[in-house]
Amino acid sequence: MPIKHPNLKLTRLTDALPAWTGEIGPDDLHEICRQVHDGGGRLVALWGSDTRQQDRGFQLHVLLLNETGMVCLNVQLSAEQPVYPDISQIFPAASRMQRATYDMLGIYAQEGHDHRKWVRHGAWHSGSFPLRKDFDAAASRTDEADAYPFVQVEGQGVHEIPVGPVHAGIIEPGHFRFSIIGERVLRLEERLGYVHKGIEKRFESMSLQQGAKLAGRVSGDSTVAYAWAYAMAAESIAKVTPPSRALWMRALLLERERVANHLGDLGYLGNDVALAFGFAQFWILKEQVLRNNAALFGHRYLMDTIAPGGVAVTLSAEGKRVIEAECAMLEQQVRILRGIYDEHAGVQDRFIGTGVVTPKLAAQLGLCGLAGRASAQAWDARVQFACAPYDKLDVQMSTYRNGDVASRAIVRFGELFESLRLQREILVNLIHEDEAPAALAKLPPNGFGIGMVEGWRGEVMVAIHTDAQGNLTRVHPHDPSWQNWPLLEHAIIDNIVPDFPLINKSFNLSYSGQDL
Amino acid sequence: MYQILKQIIKTGIKTETPPQVDESMRVDTQRLQQEILDVFGGALAIRQVDAGSCNGCELEIHAVNNAYYNIEGMGIKFVASPRHADLLLVTGPVSRHMEIALKRTYDATPDPKLVVAIGDCACDGGIFGESYASCGKVSNVIPVDVVVSGCPPAPTAILQGILTAISARKP
Ligand code: SF4
Repeated sequence: MPIKHPNLKLTRLTDALPAWTGEIGPDDLHEICRQVHDGGGRLVALWGSDTRQQDRGFQLHVLLLNETGMVCLNVQLSAEQPVYPDISQIFPAASRMQRATYDMLGIYAQEGHDHRKWVRHGAWHSGSFPLRKDFDAAASRTDEADAYPFVQVEGQGVHEIPVGPVHAGIIEPGHFRFSIIGERVLRLEERLGYVHKGIEKRFESMSLQQGAKLAGRVSGDSTVAYAWAYAMAAESIAKVTPPSRALWMRALLLERERVANHLGDLGYLGNDVALAFGFAQFWILKEQVLRNNAALFGHRYLMDTIAPGGVAVTLSAEGKRVIEAECAMLEQQVRILRGIYDEHAGVQDRFIGTGVVTPKLAAQLGLCGLAGRASAQAWDARVQFACAPYDKLDVQMSTYRNGDVASRAIVRFGELFESLRLQREILVNLIHEDEAPAALAKLPPNGFGIGMVEGWRGEVMVAIHTDAQGNLTRVHPHDPSWQNWPLLEHAIIDNIVPDFPLINKSFNLSYSGQDL
Repeated sequence: MYQILKQIIKTGIKTETPPQVDESMRVDTQRLQQEILDVFGGALAIRQVDAGSCNGCELEIHAVNNAYYNIEGMGIKFVASPRHADLLLVTGPVSRHMEIALKRTYDATPDPKLVVAIGDCACDGGIFGESYASCGKVSNVIPVDVVVSGCPPAPTAILQGILTAISARKP
C-alpha cells in the first residue's frame, strides 16, 4: 500500500501501472499530501469534474506519485460551495493547476496565494465555467477587456520587455514578461493559455475512437505518448490487456518519437548558438526517420497509429530491416556529431553554465521529465513503473547533475542512444504471431482509468471518467510542461536576455499540451 | 573545424526539386495580380503565426527549412516581424485567445500581403472545430488566399501552397 491514513481506503485499479484510488473529504487532503511529499513523492496532476447530475457535487482529483505507484485522491466537494484546501504550499506545481481548475470549473482553493486567472483570457466571462455540464457556450461570449496583473519589479534602472504572444520564430504562442537591468534578467513571468481551444470540453461529446484521435493531437510532437496514455486509461476501465505484439509496437513507436524529437532539438540547440551546421546535420537525420515512419507506418509523426485495445499498424520483416539499418546509421552519425559538439569551443561556451536549475530547486518545485533528469531528478516512468514491454527492456536512465543547457543536451544524447538500443531490442522481440486484437468499442459505465507514459518530454498522463452509459464524461490530459514551465522562470534569472531562446529551447516545453 | 568540413563534404547536397504549383489550393482567385509578383521580386519573406495549432503543423514548417526541402535556397525566408513579411503562414484552428493577436499581425503586415492557411485545422477547424474557445478555420478571422490540407500537411505540400500563393494567377 502506498499511503496509510485512517480515513483513506484505497482501491487498486486494473491498470498497466500500479495505481490506486480513494475517496476523502477536503479536511484530509493536506495531511495525505504532506505525507506523500515527506516520503519523496510528487504531484502528477490536479483536475476537477462536475458530478452534480449524480448528486455528488463537484470532485477534485489529485494524482500523487511515490516509488510504489500512483494514487488518485477523489475529494468530494459540495455543489453550493466547492472549496478545498490549497496544496501549493506542499507542491508548488499545484498553483497553476488550481488556478486553471477554477477557470474551467469554478472550484476553488481556499487560502491559495495566487488567485489570478490562468487559462481564461477574454474568451469567456468570469463566473461562467466551460467544464460545468450546464455551461452555455453561446452565452459565454464576451468582449471583456483582458486585464492581467503581472507582478511589477521596481527599482532604479529596472525595465520591462514584453514578448509575445506572437513570437519571432516558428514556435507556439505565449507571453513572456522580462524585468531586466541592462541585459541581465531579474525576473521572468510567463503568461500562457493563448492556444486554449477547448480540448477537454470537446472530449465530452466524443466516442472512444474519436477521443483517441483527439488525444493524439493534444500536443502534436508527443502524439504517440498521448495516444498510448489514452489507450492505457481506456484499457484500465475495460479491464483488457492488449496483445503483446501491440505493446511491443507501441514501445517501438514511442522510442521513434523520442529519437525524432531529440534529433530536432539537438539541431536547434546548435542553431541557437550560431552553429548552423548542427541544424543542417541533425535535421537531415530527423528527416530520414520521418520518411521511414511515413513509409512503414503511414504517418511521419505516427499520428493515429495507436488505438484503444491495440495498434493500427504492423511491421513486416522488410520493415524491421529498414529500422535496423536506420538505427545503425543514426548511431554512427550521431556519435560523430556529438564529438563535434563536445569539441566546439563556441558551443560549449554558450551551453555550460547557462540556464541553471540546481538539483535542490528542481526537487523543491517538482521539475520532471528530461529537464528533471538533467537536474538530478532520477524519475523515468519506463524505469520506476516499467509496464509491458518495458519490464523486459531494462531501460538505462540518463541523468546529469549540473542542470544547465549543456546537461539537457547531454541527457538528450544519452536518451537518443538508449532509444536506438531499445528499438533494436524491441525488433528482436517483436514476433508476428496472429493475435486477435481486442478491439475496444465501448467502455463500461461509471469507470475511471489512468494512463501514464514516459514521453520524450516527460510523463504524459491521461485520465478518463465514464458516465452511467459508458460515454466519456470527463477526459483530462496532463502534460509534463505544467511542472516545468515555472522552472523556466527560475532558469533565466541572472542570465542575459539573448540567451533566453537557447534556454527555452533546451527545455522545449509544450504550449498546446498545457493550454488545452 | 576539420571534422565539420569532413562531415559537410561527406553529407553532400540533399536538396530535392521543389514541387509544382497546384491551382486547386487557391481559395481567392481575385487577390493576386502580376504587379504583386513584381513587387515581391524573387524573394519572399514569411511570418509564421501559430493561432492555436497542436504544434504538429509547426513540426512540418520547421522541416521545410531542412536540407531536403531547402526553402531558403529558393529565396524564401522566415522573418521575425510581420512588418518585414509578404506572406503569413497561419496554422491551427484560431483559438479565441489568439483571435486579436492574429488580426493585429495581419494588420501589421504591409500590403500587398498573402495568407496561406496550413493544415486541416486552419482549413476547416479540423478535429477541434468551433467552440466556446475556438473560432475554427483561419478564414473566419482573416482573408485567406491558399489552403493546404493535411494533418499535418507534408513539407512538399506546404512548399506547394507557398509557391501557389506567389505564382501568377492563370487567366
Ligand atoms: S492540422 Fe493536425 S497537425 Fe495541424 S494543428 Fe491541426 S491537428 Fe495539429
